Amino acid sequence: MDAMNILSTKGLTKAYGGIKANTDIDFVLPRGKTMALIGPNGAGKSTFVGMLCGRIPATSGDVFFEGQNINALAAHQRISLGIAYTFQITSVFAGLSLHENVALAARRRLGTDTAAVNAKVADVLARVGLTERTDQIAGDLSYGHQRLLEIAMGLAQDPRLFILDEPTQGLADSEVADFIALINALAGETTILLIEHNMHVVMQTAAYITVLNGGEILAAGTPDEIHANEAVQAAYLGTTTNA
Amino acid sequence: MTDTQRSQGLHLGVIALLAAAFFILPTYHVGNLSRIMVLAIYAIGYNFLFGYTGLLSLGHALFFAAGMYGLGLSMELFDLSAAPALIVGLASALVVSAVIGFLALRTSGVSFMIVTLMFAQAGYLTILYFGSYTRGDEGFVIPQADRAMFGFDLSNDTTRYFAALLLFSICFLAVARLVQSPFGRTLIAIRENEERARMLGYNTVSHKLKAVIISGTISGLAGAAYALLFGYAGATFATVQYSIFPLLWVLLGGAGTTIGPLIGVIFMFYLIDLSSSITSAYMLIAGVVLVLLTLFAPQGLAGELRKRVFKWMP
Ligand SMILES: Nc1ncnc2c1ncn2[C@@H]1O[C@H](COP(=O)(O)OP(=O)(O)OP(=O)(O)O)[C@@H](O)[C@H]1O
Ligand SMILES: [Mg+2]
Repeated sequence: MDAMNILSTKGLTKAYGGIKANTDIDFVLPRGKTMALIGPNGAGKSTFVGMLCGRIPATSGDVFFEGQNINALAAHQRISLGIAYTFQITSVFAGLSLHENVALAARRRLGTDTAAVNAKVADVLARVGLTERTDQIAGDLSYGHQRLLEIAMGLAQDPRLFILDEPTQGLADSEVADFIALINALAGETTILLIEHNMHVVMQTAAYITVLNGGEILAAGTPDEIHANEAVQAAYLGTTTNA
Repeated sequence: MTDTQRSQGLHLGVIALLAAAFFILPTYHVGNLSRIMVLAIYAIGYNFLFGYTGLLSLGHALFFAAGMYGLGLSMELFDLSAAPALIVGLASALVVSAVIGFLALRTSGVSFMIVTLMFAQAGYLTILYFGSYTRGDEGFVIPQADRAMFGFDLSNDTTRYFAALLLFSICFLAVARLVQSPFGRTLIAIRENEERARMLGYNTVSHKLKAVIISGTISGLAGAAYALLFGYAGATFATVQYSIFPLLWVLLGGAGTTIGPLIGVIFMFYLIDLSSSITSAYMLIAGVVLVLLTLFAPQGLAGELRKRVFKWMP
């Protein structure tokens, strides 16, 4: 058991035919902190987190969660260990109410305790600011609200590790500000792995940053270290931000 | 009134209405209703898988036939009395649906439809192959004297009606309860977005397998009840046609609604009954009405009702 790190990988690799989307990734995720995973389009970020939560089978390598090798566990079993996941392309139950969407997320842990489930639903919908829409059908929400709903579904699982794949994509500026506040409120309580293109969000939330490029880790460290890293400047930051 | 109370009221109301129908309706319709209620059990079983779990099977006749022959053959060949034979019927449907579910759930979508269709066809051919026991298409009659349970003569119109009502009510209420339970809601989640359900930590494969088994066993109960109450088992009930019927009933009545299956069976039964009294081309009339309904009430009768009027309907 690793006291410092909640999750780590050794030599994690994904090949699609001849193309390697991820090559030999050794990665550690410190407990209770927010880590941003950044990198240009096609760098392999979604593939990497997909292998962590079991949605994408790895070609080779190991994933350790809480010190335990979880290679053999199916996606739903990994989620049950306390890993919550939001999709890059919003994925909610479009035909069901917001309440039911979140209740489904909460119920896996809370089971038949209806009162506890309802309390959880009310709590997390309030946290993402969707309380008034509880009874609406999820498919009727705007895109940004659907993203917030999916975040609420993640929160409702009380995850030990919360993986978010580009959660702020499609959010309005005010919603992005709320999102930053939400993530910072979770820091300490939950470990967060955040794939993010918006450098403002990264700088406001992340304690650590890992940069992926061409399926390999280019750099990892604190925001200051990453900012000072020349390789990163050249490959990525220099072209997308001047923060 | 809460939504739960409303839906309980609706379900008990439907059962009360069916009970009252026995005393109000002329004999002809009472006879029809006995048959309709048994077929509605079949539709309820089908709806559990199709309407609530989102799996479209084209092979449910196999489960219906498993129940029918499980009961029929154990009475015919092994001289079992009705009650244990009913258990054998249920057990056969349970085993058959577990095996088919285990195999067919390796596929999804169109492949699932084809695989279930093939299995059902294989089942039908098996019944024909063992024609010396099953008497194939011709089928066999279950003697009136054997059709009794707990001292009730099930070939008698009154007992038959209430036996059908009892079985229907049990399935109707049990499924209504089940689809509102956390298990049922997870099945609905799988229907809506399986990948999301899986990534919320639900074992969707085992949920779907359970759904196939429950659906198949209810369908088998319908088959066994049909043989017992109407005294006949035959291979026609294992044909593709009997796999398509429950799909049509459920589509017409309203997939994923608790009362849809009953409404669908009543509607289709009387549609064919009425149009065949008008013309010999009754299937044409039935076909046109079906097309119109699909165009103007794509969610089925109960589905449209729920969408427009009774949003609380389960
Ligand atoms: N199912 C697949 N089959 C073949 N190639 C794939 C598949 N999924 C991803 N890839 C390829 O793997 C590489 C990494 O993709 P991935 O989605 O992980 O990138 P990403 O960093 O998440 O990009 P983005 O920022 O655009 O979301 C890309 O070159 C992509 O084309
Ligand atoms: Mg991606």
